[in-house]
Amino acid sequence: MARAVSIRRKSLNTFWAWLVALILFFPILWTVLTSFKPEAQAVASPPLFVDFDWTLQNYRDVQAQRAYFGYFWNSVVIALGSTGLGVLIGIPAAWSMAFVPGRHTRDLLMWMLSTKMMPAVGVLVPIYLIFRDLGLLDTRTGLVVVVMLMNLPIIIWMLYTYFKEIPGEILEAARMDGATLGKEILYVLTPMAVPGIASTLLLNIILAWNEAFWTLNLAVVKAAPLSKFISGFSSPEGLFYAKLSAASTMAIAPILILGWFSQKQLVRGLTFGAVK
Amino acid sequence: MKTHLHALLGAVAASALALPVLAQDPVTLTIATVNNGDMIRMQGLTDAFTEAHPDIALQWVTLEENTLRQNVTTDIATNGGQYDIMTIGTYEVPIWGARGWLAPLNFSAGYDVDDLLPPIRAGLTVDGNLYAAPFYGESSMVMYRADLMEAAGLEMPEAPTWDFIEQAATAMTDKDAGVYGICLRGKAGWGENMAFLTAMSNSFGARWFDMDWQPQFDSPEWAATIDTYLRLMENYGPPGASSNGFNENLTLFQQGKCGMWIDATVAASFVTDPNNSTVADDVAFALAPDTGLGKRGNWLWAWSLAIPNSSAHQDAATTFIEWATSKDYLALVADHEGWANVPPGTRTSLYENPDYAQVPFAAITLASINSADPIHPSVQDVPYTGVQFVAIPEFQSIGTSVGQEFAAALAGQKSAADALAAAQALTLQEMEAAGYYD
Repeated sequence: MARAVSIRRKSLNTFWAWLVALILFFPILWTVLTSFKPEAQAVASPPLFVDFDWTLQNYRDVQAQRAYFGYFWNSVVIALGSTGLGVLIGIPAAWSMAFVPGRHTRDLLMWMLSTKMMPAVGVLVPIYLIFRDLGLLDTRTGLVVVVMLMNLPIIIWMLYTYFKEIPGEILEAARMDGATLGKEILYVLTPMAVPGIASTLLLNIILAWNEAFWTLNLAVVKAAPLSKFISGFSSPEGLFYAKLSAASTMAIAPILILGWFSQKQLVRGLTFGAVK
Repeated sequence: MKTHLHALLGAVAASALALPVLAQDPVTLTIATVNNGDMIRMQGLTDAFTEAHPDIALQWVTLEENTLRQNVTTDIATNGGQYDIMTIGTYEVPIWGARGWLAPLNFSAGYDVDDLLPPIRAGLTVDGNLYAAPFYGESSMVMYRADLMEAAGLEMPEAPTWDFIEQAATAMTDKDAGVYGICLRGKAGWGENMAFLTAMSNSFGARWFDMDWQPQFDSPEWAATIDTYLRLMENYGPPGASSNGFNENLTLFQQGKCGMWIDATVAASFVTDPNNSTVADDVAFALAPDTGLGKRGNWLWAWSLAIPNSSAHQDAATTFIEWATSKDYLALVADHEGWANVPPGTRTSLYENPDYAQVPFAAITLASINSADPIHPSVQDVPYTGVQFVAIPEFQSIGTSVGQEFAAALAGQKSAADALAAAQALTLQEMEAAGYYD
């Protein structure tokens, strides 16, 4: 029997949902608003919400100081490259863990997850030295690899969770029909796991886009993505909040737009899993 | 005939040797720097350099100060070779110079290295070698509201004492009107509250370490420093001061909420700028306070350009640094942006220039810089150099931890005595772990 939900309760839920959404969205809204303020009004006390002298000067200053497009393109390459590579490695790995688990699969999964708990700075110097010796410092290839490695545990875990929901009998049937392992993964497993793979891709593109430890430390100029672009607008001596907000808005806009258009796919993948 | 043949062969060989040189791409220098007005201005003026040196191209990496420090430290410690020129401060130069990480700078005679301000030059020199050239230098001083001082019936001496500062803070504070007698740094960090408090402690006769590297936070001098600081801030400071750094206090001062502010001399150009400051016409300056012991509570800092030993283009890098820190560069900035925007605090000749003398804060900046002594920062003997820091690698970590203790005391979370005891214990522990007492 369907549970009757009173109008009062519905309104209350709606109110709370809006409140939580607003709290979550407020920092982004404030950053965007600040980016249109003159520097002096950006730090005014009490803060000015919309009643300030709107200006595009900060965006002009930011663009004049540093060419946005080069950083943007590096971010695109690193985010798409690392995620694509990660999923290519993650699908076979998750397949084997989900459908042919060994005695230590569970431990292996936990170990992979545990690597995410280690502070990245702990391995900065060894990785820096390896990159130096391999000539990978300040290269997009190097950053694609390192960001992929950072996100690989999450990719494998997400795919593993989706694959676990796919009945093994379907894959067995494919095998009985003579499908090779490659065909089984490519033509049977992957199409059934598309929502899961899509949400894995989207989430990891967002994570890679926002990555700001390895990109700040291993990139200099040629491979520098938007994290490096933003970092230069913070000033130890002098007002910078408006310009920093403009740079941040320019950096997060592409990923916000991507998130906006793909939110249905993202939510569906994250909440429902692959196969009911 | 034979001579002609030799000459011809010689000419061909010389051309063959010269060809690769002529065909070479320009050297590209990668320069890591911080985002401040003077550095951004320099990036806009580098056409003058590249036109004079078409064989040298410049590539800038502008970073937030802490990120810059982390990036260049990693690179230089691992011999990464990613940067040809690094913007570093007076804290890094003595440590990195002593470790052989930096190339000594040898400029042409026209550079006039003796023109560099002596305290700044001393801070960048290790064993007689200059390891970094100052791009701009700063000390700290008292910036105050002359109108409020007059209304209080007081007159600020050119060289005030801490007692006078307290008296003036009492008279200027009008909390109902939102005016606080004094604004000081409270945000925890070795370059934030500890820069101010270490410099202040020098004027109270305190020191970080004795000659055996034993921390001295249990000394009466440190107790007097922290007691005075907390008394001033609790009674006459703005609310929430434990999260105020340079930029927060700058904003408060510009909005007319501070009677006095003791901070970097570079702030003078901001607080007197009528476009951003509501009190631009009422600001006056004085030397940092003292207690009559012979040291004032002002610091010394210079953002400087240095060449890591791992750079593959050291000659070109030297050429650029020579240009960027020369007298000609100062004149170039003056031509384009006016004398008030010239990077201050590096050269004696700048302060002898009658045009620059017109800038309202020129004389006080010079007097403040000259009264700081990075080699003998305290009235007592110390085993370290540095006015508002201790030039040892461990200081960043220790300084920030100690800063957190004093910020907690300012926020009312612990007493001054407890904060000092904690500072003493943690410094002792870190120094022991670093092997200073073996």
